[in-house]
Amino acid sequence: MEMSLDLLGNAIVSGLLLGGFYAAVTIGVSISFGMLDIVNIAHPAFIILGSYIAYIANTSFGMDPILASVIALPAFYLLGMGVYQVYHLAFERRGEESLRGLAFFFGLLFITEVTLVLVFGVDYRLVDAPYIGPSLHFGDIELPLRLLVPCLVALVMIGGLQIFMARTFIGRAILAVAQDQLALRLMAANPTRIKRIAFGLSIATASVAGAVLIVIQPVEPSIGRDYIGRVFAICVLGGMGSFAGTVVAAMALGIVENLTATFYGPSWAPAVAFGFLLVTLAVRPAGIFGR
Amino acid sequence: MNGAKFVVLLLIVAAAVFGAALAIGNAYVFFAGYVVLQYIALATAWNILGGYTGYVNFGTAAFFALGAYTTVVLHKLTSLPLPIMMPIGGIVSGIVGLGTGYLTLRLRGSFFSIATLALAVVVQTLITNWDFVGGSRGAYIIRPMTTPLLGIDYIQYLFLVMLGLVVIVVATARAIERSRLGYGFATIRDDEVAAEASGVPTLRLKLLATTLSGAFMGMAGAPLPYYVTYLDPASGFSLAYAVNGVAMPLVGGTSSWLGPIIGAILLGTLQQVATVTISSALNLLIVGLMLVGFVIVAPNGILGLFGLGARRARA
Repeated sequence: MEMSLDLLGNAIVSGLLLGGFYAAVTIGVSISFGMLDIVNIAHPAFIILGSYIAYIANTSFGMDPILASVIALPAFYLLGMGVYQVYHLAFERRGEESLRGLAFFFGLLFITEVTLVLVFGVDYRLVDAPYIGPSLHFGDIELPLRLLVPCLVALVMIGGLQIFMARTFIGRAILAVAQDQLALRLMAANPTRIKRIAFGLSIATASVAGAVLIVIQPVEPSIGRDYIGRVFAICVLGGMGSFAGTVVAAMALGIVENLTATFYGPSWAPAVAFGFLLVTLAVRPAGIFGR
Repeated sequence: MNGAKFVVLLLIVAAAVFGAALAIGNAYVFFAGYVVLQYIALATAWNILGGYTGYVNFGTAAFFALGAYTTVVLHKLTSLPLPIMMPIGGIVSGIVGLGTGYLTLRLRGSFFSIATLALAVVVQTLITNWDFVGGSRGAYIIRPMTTPLLGIDYIQYLFLVMLGLVVIVVATARAIERSRLGYGFATIRDDEVAAEASGVPTLRLKLLATTLSGAFMGMAGAPLPYYVTYLDPASGFSLAYAVNGVAMPLVGGTSSWLGPIIGAILLGTLQQVATVTISSALNLLIVGLMLVGFVIVAPNGILGLFGLGARRARA
């Protein structure tokens, strides 16, 4: 029994760390889907794009992948603003978000993936950094730095966003646009501009999320799709747009997935996220912290 | 034109297509034609839910592959003829559609779409872990030596079976469009809250559309193992089905049964040509770009460009 207690402890701890990383992957969707009501199913594709940029910076210039992703933040922010502009002009303004807006993001997901396949092929790519490999040990519990660093980076990023949302004018305006667009307009603030900034931020998080993804596991263009079920399950369970809820839900999923992988085999992990999503939608669509 | 006359016309067109393919007398025509027909069935099936009720299904590949894998199971356990296997595959996919719909269709439409995206990943995981159907290694299917119809090759037989399915799916789609059911679907698409308030049983109609659409996708997938003779999860769940299932109706036009057919013939033929002349990854990129281009520039698809999309105003 001692052996399996060991396994259990390690599965829970690395599940928590994995969950921190899932929070980084989800936080962009918590902004776009949770706050702005934009069903950006292409978000995982932007994350994979971030992974490849970190990969190029790492292999060609020997740069740290996470540092590279921070440098790439402004580019992702502008990309997000551009995508929102097209989305707004072509769909939101015409009131055609549901069918054609979804198809638009699906098309973006697909185009990004196929382009990455054409440029980089379908081989798995990985990066090199000093924290990939070693682990910290506390008794029987092992903390791989490969998971610990992404988790810390994720928490710093989400904490920073939380402070930005709570303390700055733009941040408060974003929270306001999530609640009532008309009221914002009556305050003489332009909801479209605020949403463009917010969507830019949501895509910017994909840069960092992509870098921590390629630190955690080797990346090939199609693995983004494995994350769609996860990110939306976490976003909904976390209460759609609550940052604290996103972190808690992400860690819960991380633990459940890791336990499944430890005791039933890793090939079942994708099914866990889907089960999570379906149960969430069927039982508690308002999320654990739902209003 | 009433329903019976339309079916007769469809059968005449189908017979003419088969006759023309026979007259060309080249096996490649049947190989390529089968794929285009399969896409007509898939696109029309997608449109029953997507075009008529406005609910987007991204899981075409899952429903399609479920039909294909049902055939693999039946092939190993029984010696049923293909036309019997197809409805069974349809039932399996239909039940999965019903289940997914039951859990998610009560919520906003986007949740259903997200669930179908995740469904594709999960069904693929299940099949990959299921050794009986070959798991990740895939399954070999040996075609029967003879076809039930004398004098034609097996590929011609598959072509004919798929042609028959296309007639059934298109006739059903058109019948729905012109029935009370179709008007019910249209009210959901145009304003679901108003429909619900006026007493339209929206959940029941949505479940019906999801089940029917999923079932037809499963039927379209059922002959696949005999067509490819080797089926593995990567090819059965190919992203090509998911993206074409969405792109073809939207490019053709979702408001009428004709739209998905136009989209499927256009994109299906284009891909057949591009696969041979350029590369298969690049032709998927073309489909993706056309999808995004059409939803931005021509929201009513090719039908809309010719002014035929306005028929929905009457519905």
